[in-house]
Amino acid sequence: MALFELDRSQYPEAKADGSLDIDLASGKYLKLWQGPQHPGITGNMSVELTVCGDEVVEGRTHVGYLHRGFEKLMERRTFIQCFPIVCRICVPEPDFNEYCYAAAVEELAGLEVPERAHWIRTLILEMGRINSYMMYLGGQAGSFGMGVIGQWATYVRDLMLDRFEEMTGARIYHMFILPGGVRDGLPEGFAVRMEETLREVERALKDINDVMYCNAVFKKRTVGVGVITPEMIEPYGVTGPNARAAGVAKDVRKDQPYLVYPELDFEPVTGSVSDIYTRADVRRRDVHVSIDLIRQILQKMPKDGPVMTRLPNVLNWKIPEGETYIRGECSRGEYGYYLVTDGSGYPRRVNVRGPSYTHAMALLEKLIVNANISDVAGLMVSLHTYPPEIER
Amino acid sequence: MTVQDVLSPFTAWKNLFRDPVTVRDPLTERPGAARYRGFHKNDVAECIGCGTCEAICQNAAIDMVPVDGIETKEGDSGLRPQIDYGRCCWCALCVDVCMTGSLTMSNEYTWIDSDPDAFRFVPGVDHKSWDDAELGYHRPDGHRLTPPERIVMREMDPERRIGNFEEIVDGYSVEEARAEAERCVACGLCVATCPAHMSIPDYIATIREGDYEAGLKLLYETNPFSQVCGRVCTHKCETVCAVHHEGDPIAIRWLKRHITDQVDRDRYVDIIGRPAGETGHKVAVVGAGPAGLTAAFDLARMGHAVTVFEARKHAGGMTRYGIPEYRLPYDALDADVDVIRAMGVDIKCDTPIGDKVTMTGLEKDFDTVLVAIGLHLGRSTRIPGSDHPKVAKAVDLLRAITDGETIDVPKTAVVIGGGNVAMDIARSLARLQKQIHGEVGMTVTALEDFSHFLADPEEVKESFEEGIEIFDARGPREVLVDEVGNVTGLKTWKVVSIFDDKGRFAPTYDEGDERIHVGTMVIEAIGQAADVALLGEALTEKLEWNRGRITVDADGRTSEPWLWAAGDCVNGPDVVHAVADGHRVAASMDAVLKAKELS
Ligand SMILES: Cc1cc2nc3c(=O)[nH]c(=O)nc-3n(C[C@H](O)[C@H](O)[C@H](O)COP(=O)(O)OP(=O)(O)OC[C@H]3O[C@@H](n4cnc5c(N)ncnc54)[C@H](O)[C@@H]3O)c2cc1C
Ligand code: SF4
Ligand code: SF4
Repeated sequence: MALFELDRSQYPEAKADGSLDIDLASGKYLKLWQGPQHPGITGNMSVELTVCGDEVVEGRTHVGYLHRGFEKLMERRTFIQCFPIVCRICVPEPDFNEYCYAAAVEELAGLEVPERAHWIRTLILEMGRINSYMMYLGGQAGSFGMGVIGQWATYVRDLMLDRFEEMTGARIYHMFILPGGVRDGLPEGFAVRMEETLREVERALKDINDVMYCNAVFKKRTVGVGVITPEMIEPYGVTGPNARAAGVAKDVRKDQPYLVYPELDFEPVTGSVSDIYTRADVRRRDVHVSIDLIRQILQKMPKDGPVMTRLPNVLNWKIPEGETYIRGECSRGEYGYYLVTDGSGYPRRVNVRGPSYTHAMALLEKLIVNANISDVAGLMVSLHTYPPEIER
Repeated sequence: MTVQDVLSPFTAWKNLFRDPVTVRDPLTERPGAARYRGFHKNDVAECIGCGTCEAICQNAAIDMVPVDGIETKEGDSGLRPQIDYGRCCWCALCVDVCMTGSLTMSNEYTWIDSDPDAFRFVPGVDHKSWDDAELGYHRPDGHRLTPPERIVMREMDPERRIGNFEEIVDGYSVEEARAEAERCVACGLCVATCPAHMSIPDYIATIREGDYEAGLKLLYETNPFSQVCGRVCTHKCETVCAVHHEGDPIAIRWLKRHITDQVDRDRYVDIIGRPAGETGHKVAVVGAGPAGLTAAFDLARMGHAVTVFEARKHAGGMTRYGIPEYRLPYDALDADVDVIRAMGVDIKCDTPIGDKVTMTGLEKDFDTVLVAIGLHLGRSTRIPGSDHPKVAKAVDLLRAITDGETIDVPKTAVVIGGGNVAMDIARSLARLQKQIHGEVGMTVTALEDFSHFLADPEEVKESFEEGIEIFDARGPREVLVDEVGNVTGLKTWKVVSIFDDKGRFAPTYDEGDERIHVGTMVIEAIGQAADVALLGEALTEKLEWNRGRITVDADGRTSEPWLWAAGDCVNGPDVVHAVADGHRVAASMDAVLKAKELS
């Protein structure tokens, strides 16, 4: 099969500082905005493309469409009042915010969380991971024109949202993991219904595998495209499946175990070349890991016992001076909360580290050069980024 | 790439024959989960309008609003939460924090209305279709955002305390007080209930901040008997505390005491502030109890020259001569009296009004006069034998103990009465019995049964701990006297009922259930009356009376323009009511005196 050879003869020269000498007046180049309103953009951001023919010579990412000022807002909220806010920082996988914030507060306030709450928190985070991957799958398939995968993934995600709803009382913003523990235990018969849901996820994954992963078109468009080399991992702050697909077994769940991960049996999923295809494959296999983890959790977790520690009066709650960084492995890589307290009733500073900050900006700008315009959307989705966590 | 990669995608066609998985709203009913955080409900009869839900809501979605048909009353602000669904994010923090558990959520999540204002509503008042929904988020058991348990007050153990009159409770340490102060939700229901309307949440906040001087200033703005009340107040405030609905009320009284303990007594007057410039008006107060002295304190601070006439050797009234030292050490009372004196109040002790100095004399020498003489005559049961010299009145004995008089302490004694005064005399005598005879031999007989007991539960508990026997629902029938004339005990019958159908006091007994309580002394603790002899015939004649009490208006004014009355002798029943009375009278007198200046 003859591969299309790039003809770079008309491309601009690089100047001494590395930037390109693009003369728009020459008529050779075209500026194209992909986003902020564009089906081929992940969420509320945009990429300013400079193209030559249908090849991208430069891509500049633009964020700022979604700035809600959460971090600042939290400086004016009491510690309990921040709890319902944080989930909104990242819409598709909100629970990491709840967990990281709660764990940070617990550490600085010296709260002991009951054992069962740790298990339920882990369960929630794995359920959230599956759902986040389902959103990704729909997007990744859609970016190559396969609309039906998104419908299947959404259906499965909805079933998982039913489980979220019965456990937490809400579908999207669960507001269930709060400093001190979780709001409640599992409802009667939860494990049985969860098992049914997991089977549906497995069934859907099999279909998706047949239709998307084992699809000549998908393979042709993704294999060898948008490669993240192992050398790029450290300088670009690449984490999660993006890094693991390159064979770098980075996984906070293993590297710095938290919650009950040390008691669970699993291996981080890795690949050999981090191109679009392998990244997609790592995520698919990661869903299977999450399914297995959920089964382990439901089997091993204590059946009763408290799920919430005694809180001080939250209306008068002050936390001694201190600072901490709490991290966890979300579906996109390392998620972290840096919390500074000053002895008052309000956080002094909160900084949220979402993996998309590096993946959707610096990394994308690097990978986008030389991409074909028609691959830009697929490339962007393959980095699995959520603009809300970039801007907070 | 394989042939399979070309064929495999076609397997998608198999879904052509699957049923759709979508919910066809509104054709398909899809109820929210049992725990769903849907639209709010409020059991408005349970809700107390404490506003804690309003305080916690980070979206400022809740406003406390007055509601038709719900009146402000003790322990209920009369307001109810109104929720703005333009702001609410259904986090349910309001449900989690609700002090009564009245606020919950339904599992209902769809609601259509063309009127935007409909989305700002008072749950439980504005009728909604989900009002009767059973499912929905309720605060799970044990999930609390405010600690329900009170910080325990350490106290002397019974074996040690029964041998002396030292104060029983230790007082909170700074850490304990802070922890207890942190439990307060600052609803302010206590302020409305406290007769003196002390600024409770504010002074509790000063404990959290460690600013005791600010706390002390707040205390004395409303209560010159703060040290006294910090120890013996009947703390009605605690009965309405929002935290009390699902936990122990905040220990408001102990926190008050803690503030007074933390500030050096030499600093008091500076912090409280000195009186205003002299007005030239002269006020006489008869009786140096809490009512008289509070009025004196206020009036002196307003610049009037106040002279207090007190019959007894020391000031303090019943707080000194009634309340035992193990509950209220004299030095705490003295410290409060010293503050009052420091405001320029002239307290003349050992100066009974009546014979040498008369009311007529006071009327002549002063612009206005306050009578605050308390209730110092013990009432009698008038049962056979009650006129025996070994039958005493509780208040007389308590006074004798305070004055250090030698009392012939009996080895065994029986108290008639079930109120706090009965407990005070029983526990005081028990201490003397322990000191003199080495063991306690006290029996208390009360008309009321334990479920309707008048004395505070702590008093009953501590009395039991100290070895005092308490018999409930026993009606005194006769003081038994042997042939040589010595009291041998008290005969009681079982009480069947205390009041008749019309609510009048008319006890009935079961004669078959008789008991003899052994004791060589019987003490009556069934109430007191005012000794109004000081007024003299002419004034008594002129004044208006209501069932043996001088009639006063809401400001404490009698029918005589120069005369006011306050405290137990007109209102009662406790120190803080006397203090509140004192404030009212002072304000009223001041207004009259100022009006005089203008005329
Ligand atoms: C045994 C006992 C225990 C109590 N325990 C508590 C308690 O724990 N908590 C609580 O809040 N309340 C308690 N009380 C009630 C409380 O003490 C009274 O409500 C309060 O002291 C009333 O204040 P007063 O100023 O009206 O009267 P009093 O305190 O009775 O003061 C009246 C003063 O007037 C003086 N006086 C009377 N006649 C004359 C006269 N002719 N000339 C000059 N002076 C005169 C008296 O000597 C007395 O000093 C108790 C009462 C008793 C009897
Ligand atoms: S649910 Fe949350 S946002 Fe809504 S009224 Fe209650 S506290 Fe406020
Ligand atoms: S917290 Fe509960 S009791 Fe208090 S006002 Fe709100 S709904 Fe009523």
